[in-house]
Amino acid sequence: MKKENFLWSAVKTGLIVGVVAIFICFVGMVEVFSKRDVIEKLITLGQFVLLAAMFSAGFIASRHTSSLLEKNKPVSNLVAGLVAGLFTGLVLALLVVVGAEVNLRAVFLNATTTLYDVLTLDKGVGNVWILPLIGAVAGLLGAASLLLPQILRRPITQALVFVIFMAFFSGLFRVVMINQGSDMSKAAKYLFGQTGLTLEGTLIFFLGVIAVSMLWSYKGKDIQAGVTRLPKAGRLSLRVIVYALIAYVALGLPQVSGPFIAQVIVTVALFVLMGLGLNITLGFAGLLDLGFVAFYAIGAYTVGLLTSYGAFGLQHIPFWVAVPIAVLVAMASGAMLGLPVLGIRGDYLAIATLGFGEIVRLLAGSDFLAPFFGGPQGIIGIQKPCLGTLGPFIRVDVPRVCNGLELGKPQDIYYIAVVSAVIIAFVAWRLRESRLGRAWMAIREDEDVAEALGVNLIQTKLLAYMLGAAFAGLGGAIFATLIGSIFATSMQLIVSINVVSLIIVGGMGSIPGVIVGAIALIGLPELLREVSEFRFLLYGATLIIMMLAKPEGLWPSQATRRELHHTEVEAGVKA
Amino acid sequence: MTTLLTATKVTKRFGGLVAVNAVDFEIPEKSIVSMIGPNGAGKTTFFNCITGFGKCDEGEIIFEGTPTQRLRPDQISRLGISRTYQNIRLFAEMSALENILVGQHIFLHSSWMSAVIGTPKVHQEERIALAEAQRLLDFVGLKGQGDMMARNLPYGAQRRLEIARALATKPKLLLLDEPSAGMNPRETEDLTAFIRQLRDELGITIFLIEHHMRVVMGISEHITVLDYGEKIAEGTPAEIQKNPRVIEAYLGRGAATEGMATAHERHSDKTNSKLR
Ligand SMILES: Nc1ncnc2c1ncn2[C@@H]1O[C@H](COP(=O)(O)OP(=O)(O)OP(=O)(O)O)[C@@H](O)[C@H]1O
Ligand SMILES: [Mg+2]
Repeated sequence: MKKENFLWSAVKTGLIVGVVAIFICFVGMVEVFSKRDVIEKLITLGQFVLLAAMFSAGFIASRHTSSLLEKNKPVSNLVAGLVAGLFTGLVLALLVVVGAEVNLRAVFLNATTTLYDVLTLDKGVGNVWILPLIGAVAGLLGAASLLLPQILRRPITQALVFVIFMAFFSGLFRVVMINQGSDMSKAAKYLFGQTGLTLEGTLIFFLGVIAVSMLWSYKGKDIQAGVTRLPKAGRLSLRVIVYALIAYVALGLPQVSGPFIAQVIVTVALFVLMGLGLNITLGFAGLLDLGFVAFYAIGAYTVGLLTSYGAFGLQHIPFWVAVPIAVLVAMASGAMLGLPVLGIRGDYLAIATLGFGEIVRLLAGSDFLAPFFGGPQGIIGIQKPCLGTLGPFIRVDVPRVCNGLELGKPQDIYYIAVVSAVIIAFVAWRLRESRLGRAWMAIREDEDVAEALGVNLIQTKLLAYMLGAAFAGLGGAIFATLIGSIFATSMQLIVSINVVSLIIVGGMGSIPGVIVGAIALIGLPELLREVSEFRFLLYGATLIIMMLAKPEGLWPSQATRRELHHTEVEAGVKA
Repeated sequence: MTTLLTATKVTKRFGGLVAVNAVDFEIPEKSIVSMIGPNGAGKTTFFNCITGFGKCDEGEIIFEGTPTQRLRPDQISRLGISRTYQNIRLFAEMSALENILVGQHIFLHSSWMSAVIGTPKVHQEERIALAEAQRLLDFVGLKGQGDMMARNLPYGAQRRLEIARALATKPKLLLLDEPSAGMNPRETEDLTAFIRQLRDELGITIFLIEHHMRVVMGISEHITVLDYGEKIAEGTPAEIQKNPRVIEAYLGRGAATEGMATAHERHSDKTNSKLR
């Protein structure tokens, strides 16, 4: 086969990325994103997205060139990147020019004048030539980034990622720092703008990370060696310090973050909880359960019915008694569903469980069962947890008095969620290292072989399923108390999908991966209001990109990691 | 000599195809027996019947006095039957050591609750299991490779790991499905010695499917030949080599001028390239 000319390939890349960029414009993302800064007064999120597109066009073209020419030829690479970025810019410029003449809005609702202003940096259609120019420069940079030697590339990539991370979470950091007192408040205003970073902040973070990263690559080996040389007690105390630090941040955060962010953090914690539960079913045992929300609903309704002082309250028992019951009920329903369907394999299991999730939601919200579950009105008046003694139940719709500490605020519920998550993480970790965990993984890998080695499939799968269900039930129970009321409409399929996605993004079977995944998929969209409008588009894109670029997830499990390390060592030996 | 396993009139159908047709078969204790036959003769299917992989349609298999056809595969493995697979089926995303530990599943009894609490009994059990797994790893010559992910092991090592995993269940009867497929002559020789060692030192009965005639004729005490699902011959290696029906079954598929052994070699070359 005749090799393609690298320039032609670069043009194609540029055009394709250009079309993607237009798509991003037409779904309204660029315009909405322009309301948020990445770097104050310099670059908005909308512009950042377009720049990133041009940059990647350059990067991709440069990589194509290397593979077409079978080696890095700096000049060709740079030219290819420049051409690709240029064409991406040209496509966008074309959009502006056409848009100025023809009314595209008739078809594409989001082709507004604001969009054109964003694209031309408010300079008007006459100055549309800057677009290809910017594209060319961004493409050039993208191409150049491929050519950088490893020693430079790593710090720069890390610094860029860190700056983007800080920009996205700037709202969180800003609020937290401002609440720390006037000194910190000044620092916060110096580093962070209303949305996004200030120019000074950007530079400080960028250069800071580069400095740390460089230092680490020179001195990191020594430090690591120093740590391993430490006596056992010393290493242990080092670890304790690190854990204490993490605990301090995790526990202190909602106190200083204000109510809005506290709510977000609780939501993330709840999803971590459920993610850890599903991680046992899906990550360890490989059973794709799309009806996970059913157990969440069962846990929520059990706690609701048992503790509510509203019309549907049955027992008026305290939260602390209701939660274990809810967990057991969820577990029992896991067994009931599991027994008939666990004989089914793979995709069919996903469909069967999906059906189950929908059935539970429909039943809970149905008029038919309304006398028991409140139907569409749901269950309201769920008693808040109380540390101390609860006053007697007087009559419907009057909360019981808590003599002691009432855990009513989202911050308080957060601690319950964190403690539960820690317990689940511990259980999950212990199970994974046990004979049961190995049996689960064996089933995930090849269930016929596992069975031929003496693993009882039904028993083992059922246990994974029941434990997953139990933890989902716990999540639902906490959710019910957090909101104070339950409606069947909050038990949508999308909850299950969220949990599955966060596991995939974080890394299948990895416990820290669940936390990372929950922060990325649940926390980020909540913090960046603009993003949440395009949540599903971004979910889809993220999942596809993850599958292509990093299928093992953001934080892969131990085994995968150990393995990667192994191959690195081997490569090192060969080199 | 007592019989370890007796199969009578075992039949397995796939729709209209009779993959195994009324085969009678016996394995004496502590023997090495083999099954040969052209491609698609039904050898692997017969293995599957013994391990309960797909239930056989008719006939009876008795292992040490226990009829097995109503048992699930995991129950059969507990009786002391273990196997390897023609196309290696390791747990690819698990380490070599973990693969062997799964094989020990049936000897570990701690409940999930005690595993979570981490009772001393669990620790003790895990320690013993780990030591045993390590020992098996050394035994098959994979010392120091326990942390490697199974899929990253070289081909020959994967074959040996699969045997180690099968041995972890402490089988009385070990079924090996074309263990020498894809091996070079040197490795094949090692394998032959290894199989003999299994029988002589560990007292494990071996039932072998093999295409490599040198291996089969070298170590088998008894050979059964299948063709189109039917048993067409059985006997000692010497008898089989002279049996006209066997020669015809093989030559009928190969070039008329080729000898039986070369036809086989050609076949296994084919399988090798397929496997790689
Ligand atoms: N699951 C199945 N469904 C349908 N037909 C099958 C199935 N498994 C095997 N067969 C058929 O049964 C026959 C026997 O297959 P089997 O795998 O037992 O042959 P074999 O003797 O092991 O051959 P080989 O030397 O190639 O391994 C073949 O014709 C095969 O196509
Ligand atoms: Mg076969």
